[in-house]
Amino acid sequence: MSRPFKEVLTSGEFVVTSEIGPPKGTNIDKMLHHIELLKDKVHGMNVTDNQSSVMRLSSLAVCHIIKDHGGEPILQMTCRDRNRMALQSDLLSAYVLGVRNVLCLTGDHISLGDHKGAKQVFDLDSVQLIAAAKNLEQGQDLGGNKLDGSVEFCVGATATPEADNMDSQLLKFRKKIKTGAEFFQTQAVYDMSMLKSFMEHTQQSNTKILAGILVLVSAGMAKYLNANVAGVTVPQELIDEIAGAEKGKALQKGMEIAARQIKQIKDENICPGVHIMAIGKEEIVPEILEMAGI
Amino acid sequence: MIIAEQKPIQEIKAMIASYQKILVVGCGTCVTVCMAGGEKEVGIIATSLRMALRLDGKKPEITEDCIQRQCEWEFVDALKDRISKVDAILSSACGVGVQALAERFPDKPVYPALNTTFMGMPEKHGLWIETCRGCGSCELGRFGGICPIARCSKGLLNGPCGGSQDGKCEVSKEMDCGWQLIYGRLKTLNQLDQVEEILPPKDWSTDRDKGQRRILREDVYYEQTV
Repeated sequence: MSRPFKEVLTSGEFVVTSEIGPPKGTNIDKMLHHIELLKDKVHGMNVTDNQSSVMRLSSLAVCHIIKDHGGEPILQMTCRDRNRMALQSDLLSAYVLGVRNVLCLTGDHISLGDHKGAKQVFDLDSVQLIAAAKNLEQGQDLGGNKLDGSVEFCVGATATPEADNMDSQLLKFRKKIKTGAEFFQTQAVYDMSMLKSFMEHTQQSNTKILAGILVLVSAGMAKYLNANVAGVTVPQELIDEIAGAEKGKALQKGMEIAARQIKQIKDENICPGVHIMAIGKEEIVPEILEMAGI
Repeated sequence: MIIAEQKPIQEIKAMIASYQKILVVGCGTCVTVCMAGGEKEVGIIATSLRMALRLDGKKPEITEDCIQRQCEWEFVDALKDRISKVDAILSSACGVGVQALAERFPDKPVYPALNTTFMGMPEKHGLWIETCRGCGSCELGRFGGICPIARCSKGLLNGPCGGSQDGKCEVSKEMDCGWQLIYGRLKTLNQLDQVEEILPPKDWSTDRDKGQRRILREDVYYEQTV
């Protein structure tokens, strides 16, 4: 059985989380395979919430499945699809289903996904969602009503170490910490010097920052990230490295890069942990960890 | 002002094709300024419809008018005689004007020629942007005169999301990140402390969430049969 994530966070050991992407549909075979592969290799499995605004099996249902399989789920919740009533209700539901970790995010804009005509919500923002979770812990909802039975979560948030608008990002980062975020999982970061300078801003707090490691699978993916994903910059030397891989070995090269960065983060104590994103290829995560010496 | 844009002529044609006598009514206020439904556009819409319907072998009688404001009874009432002589009305006002005509002339079908889009202003000639959502509880004082509800595509109150890059929004590289504008302006004004405060969830009851909104001012209100 897995240990509570909160316990791992405060233990001082190097923290490793990864991601489980719910399927579009009810066929959970591949996802179950990933859960089985990862549950004893990582300290927590984030379950994405209609990731990239694409409608999928719910994060909460998958967190419950992970619990059933002996893993430690981290429920991702975005503010895009639910108002404050539904978000709080789902937080209560998560708690009674045994989910103890929540990652509060804004969520991608609805127009980026596969239901472009849908009405987006954003009744709360990510800071207010953290506050809502903390409020429920105090036995109160956002309407000021008392709960019959409260919750207890390890609440996390996100940050973007390579953002080009660092000043305004830090404004929000400070608010997340002040509201009670106990850990952060960052957007993908490839430039270790930028990660180091971001970490300088976090020294005042006890919050744990897990560096986002997004495994590159091709030079094309790296170029796509640079052109289309805000706050992510793959340095040219990494693009060249992966482009120079033998035919059919690009993924292997991407795994090597990821392992190298994880090792550097751990060895140089840049961050207390990493969050590995393999986007549908979660089966490669154990091998990356092995290559990184974890 | 209210910004609108004309519907495709085929969509308008489909709405009014079954009528013989049609009055196209423009509005001389917002939609004139945003070049969507004033006197000039009424002329263009009417001409386009005549041509399009003639191609279908029809010869409708399409007349034109434009009143100062379709959202005030005194101007709307002046249309009474002209409207009594037609089978249907095509309004090129905003949705407020269309509904005013519908209420005033209960026996005449009224159709919209425009899509009413937002409250905003021209940023450049030919480019209009939304700047107010009409949320009913203005917080512009806090945000340096730039509205996060209207100008951040997620309406975020406590800072930007992670989708902002080069000052642009993740929705489109044409769209400014509202929060970058706010941050930049408050920095210039040396008022960044104003956004350090953690804002609680917005009370949306002043927005659309209490049903149709109305303002009753006792000091100026009196029962009047209009």
